[in-house]
Amino acid sequence: MAEAAKSRGEAPAALPTWPDEIYRVLKDAGIRQVAMVPDAGHSRLIRSFEADPETRVVTLTTEEEGVAMLAGAWLGGERGVLLLQSSGVGNCINMLSLPVICHMPLLMIVTMRGDWGEFNPWQIPMGQGTRPSLEAMGVIVNKVDEPDLVASAVQGAAHLAFNTWKPVAVLLGQHVLGAKNFKELARK
Amino acid sequence: MTTNPNALLHRRDVVNELLRDRADLLVIAGLGAPNWDVSAAGDHPNNFPLWGAMGGASMIGLGLALAQPKRKVLVITGDGEMLMNIGSLASIAVEAPKNLTIAVLDNERFGETGMQKTPTAFGVDLAAIATACGIRTSRIVRTQAEVTELRDLAHEGRGTAFAQIKINPEALAFVMPPADGVILTTRFRQSVLGDEALFN
Repeated sequence: MAEAAKSRGEAPAALPTWPDEIYRVLKDAGIRQVAMVPDAGHSRLIRSFEADPETRVVTLTTEEEGVAMLAGAWLGGERGVLLLQSSGVGNCINMLSLPVICHMPLLMIVTMRGDWGEFNPWQIPMGQGTRPSLEAMGVIVNKVDEPDLVASAVQGAAHLAFNTWKPVAVLLGQHVLGAKNFKELARK
Repeated sequence: MTTNPNALLHRRDVVNELLRDRADLLVIAGLGAPNWDVSAAGDHPNNFPLWGAMGGASMIGLGLALAQPKRKVLVITGDGEMLMNIGSLASIAVEAPKNLTIAVLDNERFGETGMQKTPTAFGVDLAAIATACGIRTSRIVRTQAEVTELRDLAHEGRGTAFAQIKINPEALAFVMPPADGVILTTRFRQSVLGDEALFN
């Protein structure tokens, strides 16, 4: 948090503070296993967990592996989080049967694509399908579009997941993440 | 290659041997026949038999093995189930928990759906895939003596191990564990974590 405050004071536009805030929130929630397919929006959080000897960061080949892995973690008494991009939600659908039918907690933090400000048309189908797919499978969904609300959203989702044994997803909108424009990059 | 089916191992002989004197071994069973085989060897609170979640068995094993490093975890699943998330072997090889063994009962068939051939029937070598991923203890098992070696590896937990066990494509009577996921989850957690698991 000191680093976050420093970044606020010295370079307010450069570094958002929410990745450090949700790292702290997830640590407080007792997260020990981090399963992820990387996304740029999660890169700072992933670096924090990789530097933390108390957490195990597992890189997946597809996101549904993480749903299964965190079910195993729960069976063994550890809490975890799944970090993924919205496109990866589609890879999880049938595996979500596992936490749903077994009443296991599952905390997913999903960085959105195919939403506000998107430049890549191929991201649209799954981006727009993210919430309805999750809800169709019985996952509780909370979308955040304000950077200042990210930490409390993740904290609330962690409490909800681990105290009521439910799969819960927090969707971080492109308002929070900043939408990329690869067409501008291509012109440079 | 063995082509005479009479020379192939019988799946319940294999599983009975893997689970012999199981002590506090933790077992994940993949959906379908591996579930029935593990249940036929004896229902047990330290079993987590799957009725769905195809492709998830080995990764459930990974999460469990990381959470319980002092316990030994044995995943018993089928070739179709393993193939559905074959990338899991890459993820597991990188983590390499010492206490995780994956035993694939390979009948070269999708047994529950009409005995259609899986890719292993055409020579796909799961043990070689596991080796190539970096799981150094990886082998094809064709004899009961090799099953006993695998059983000892799983119980000793000296490194991640993988085995592709060639079995007869026989269809046996279903022996079912409880189907309710909440019962399976709760009794497993209570057995592994104690009564505290009921309050968390």
